[in-house]
Amino acid sequence: MSALVELRGVSKLFGNERAVSGLSLPVERDRVTVLIGPSGCGKSTVLRIIVGLEKADRGEILYNAQPITAASLRTVRQRIGYVIQDGGLFPHLTARENLSLQSALLAKPRSQISQRIDELCELTRLPKNALARYPLELSGGQRQRVSLMRALMLSPELLLLDEPFAALDPLVRSTLQSELKSIARQLHQTAIFVTHDLAEAARIGDTIVLMKEGRIEQAGTFRDLSEMPATKFVTEFINAQRSTLLT
Amino acid sequence: MKLFPRSVRRGIRVLLFSAISACPAVNSLHAANPIVVGSKKFTESYVLAEIAKRALENAGVKAEHRQGMGGTIILWQALRGGGIDVYPEYTGTITEEILKKPGASTDEIRRSLDTQGIGMTPDLGFNNTYALVMRRDIAAKLGIKTISDLRAHPELKFGLTHEFLDRRDGWRPLSTRYGLKNTRVLGIEHSLGYASLANGDIDVKDAYSTDAKIAQYNLVTLRDDWLFFPQYKAVLLFRKSLPQRAIKALNQLAGTISEARMIQLNAEAEHTKDYARAAQLYFGGHESSGGETFPHKLWRWTSRHLELTGISLALAVLIGVPLGILASRGGALGHVILGGSGAIQTIPSLALLALLVPVPFFGISARTAIAALFLYSLLPIVRNTASGLQDIPRPLRESAVVLGLTSRQRLQKIYLPLASRSILAGIKTSAVINIGTATLAALIGAGGLGEPIISGLNLNDHATILEGAIPAALLALLVQALFDFLDRVLIPRGLRLRRQ
Repeated sequence: MSALVELRGVSKLFGNERAVSGLSLPVERDRVTVLIGPSGCGKSTVLRIIVGLEKADRGEILYNAQPITAASLRTVRQRIGYVIQDGGLFPHLTARENLSLQSALLAKPRSQISQRIDELCELTRLPKNALARYPLELSGGQRQRVSLMRALMLSPELLLLDEPFAALDPLVRSTLQSELKSIARQLHQTAIFVTHDLAEAARIGDTIVLMKEGRIEQAGTFRDLSEMPATKFVTEFINAQRSTLLT
Repeated sequence: MKLFPRSVRRGIRVLLFSAISACPAVNSLHAANPIVVGSKKFTESYVLAEIAKRALENAGVKAEHRQGMGGTIILWQALRGGGIDVYPEYTGTITEEILKKPGASTDEIRRSLDTQGIGMTPDLGFNNTYALVMRRDIAAKLGIKTISDLRAHPELKFGLTHEFLDRRDGWRPLSTRYGLKNTRVLGIEHSLGYASLANGDIDVKDAYSTDAKIAQYNLVTLRDDWLFFPQYKAVLLFRKSLPQRAIKALNQLAGTISEARMIQLNAEAEHTKDYARAAQLYFGGHESSGGETFPHKLWRWTSRHLELTGISLALAVLIGVPLGILASRGGALGHVILGGSGAIQTIPSLALLALLVPVPFFGISARTAIAALFLYSLLPIVRNTASGLQDIPRPLRESAVVLGLTSRQRLQKIYLPLASRSILAGIKTSAVINIGTATLAALIGAGGLGEPIISGLNLNDHATILEGAIPAALLALLVQALFDFLDRVLIPRGLRLRRQ
């Protein structure tokens, strides 16, 4: 099966800092690919490049085997759902308005929008009475559920999640991790999930890509990485986090 | 008005001077074409203009009085340019200041004016010459009766009007002629000068011989023993293009006001704070077209004030918000916009008015006031719009981008609502500043609550000043309250939660 998104030799500089360095990565369909690594390894930048918030200095990004161009960017964006750490919900709109904004501007019929919201409420277990609230009136967990719903509204081909649970307390976080996993399974969702937490990566990811200084150290299943580490860094990273995994 | 030091005021006057001469057709906002009577900034000029206006109206000609427009140069240039049609002047001022032909005869004056399309009525019946006045008790103690007696007292403090300080028949030639060596000479506004004289801050000031305050403050006029001051017979200057009927009505005023009569009318005006009333006294006291009641006047001032501030604010919002949006994108254009609107703000408001008067289409009118207020309103609106947009957190901006919204949709649905609090705060600041600044509009005859403030300054009458100042302050509070209400309507509820 061909990759939905493929990065080929992508590099990105911030000043003199090399955030992403000649990175090539196929993102396979129906799987959750986790990008993991210490902070500053370029994992978030990869997501930002895919969605066009950063422009790669070198290399190309293929979407459905077609290079993403300035002209195709907006259409591609509408097929991608993107969730960030603090949700990025618009504070002046209620949860429902946040959810329907994009569909309404694409002139989808109201009944269809509201039906989709009902489905997603069930899928993400968001109580319906939360829909009338403003983001500031929602709990942290509810906010991330709404963000996830907003990203799923148009049934995106690709879901990008940039440390979506990092700011949540451990209990809520753990619940959301398992829910996300099951949602992804149910929907056969292609997703890229960025985290610095190995336990989270192990729990959610079908493929784990460990990055360091803008390069890929190793890609594979959690078992591949822990049992057949490709480099010394992989061993170190896994050992360092394994201790927290056990505590 | 002591808002600015003398040099600045002189600068402004020069600006107005070149301004009005460059601007032949100065229009009022009002549609019909009434004959416009101008007056200088002192009681007698107001009263004479009011009398001229009434005389025109009695002859069936529509007329309006634009009060207290400034000094000789401004009025003369406005008359020549057509900004006004009639104003009261004095023969001494015409020969010394306007024609610069000291000692010219009436015929010579008439011929010179004629070449410029200006006519002059025969004199109205009194000579209002310049005079130097002192407190009666001090003059008696020092034994001063004539101007030449002043030579023995170089320690005396002079407080002179700015016009007198600059005039060709004013302080400099006078002191040269009489050999006065006084060095303590300061420029002071005419009405305030009387108060300073009364409390002893100054010892000598210039006055007009028909000034009602000479008797009121118990002052003596020093005799011009070397006959320095020219004759200052009151006349009306008018544009010769006026209808014959109007010219005839003005000419009929000749010889009808004696010196005693003028002092009485001046006293009446200062006593009642009502020039129209003094004019009415001249016409025999009956009928009351000028006798406006206070609530009616207040309504007229306030509605004009609101008109000036409302129109200028609406324009500033229409132009300022888009400019703020452009400026929020930064770059050279953003710097130019913010720098430009900031630079406008640093121009003193009076100077901004003076700068706008020369621009064709503006001139001495409400339009100029609206334009100046508009320019003043820009900065708070532009700056708050720009900063409100720039302060939107990056994750929110990026979320809007990633949702695939067009830039127009992002602006309308996301960015402007998010910046609404800041934008409204800018508009509120502009509105409140505007209400205060609009009081200066009266200086260029645009009316509003500044009218009583400026008359009050002329009359040195605090009650009249407060008639304009208190409503202006209340209006500012009211506008503030209105905007607090608008905040609740216009700022999305989700953004107001933080405050609770």
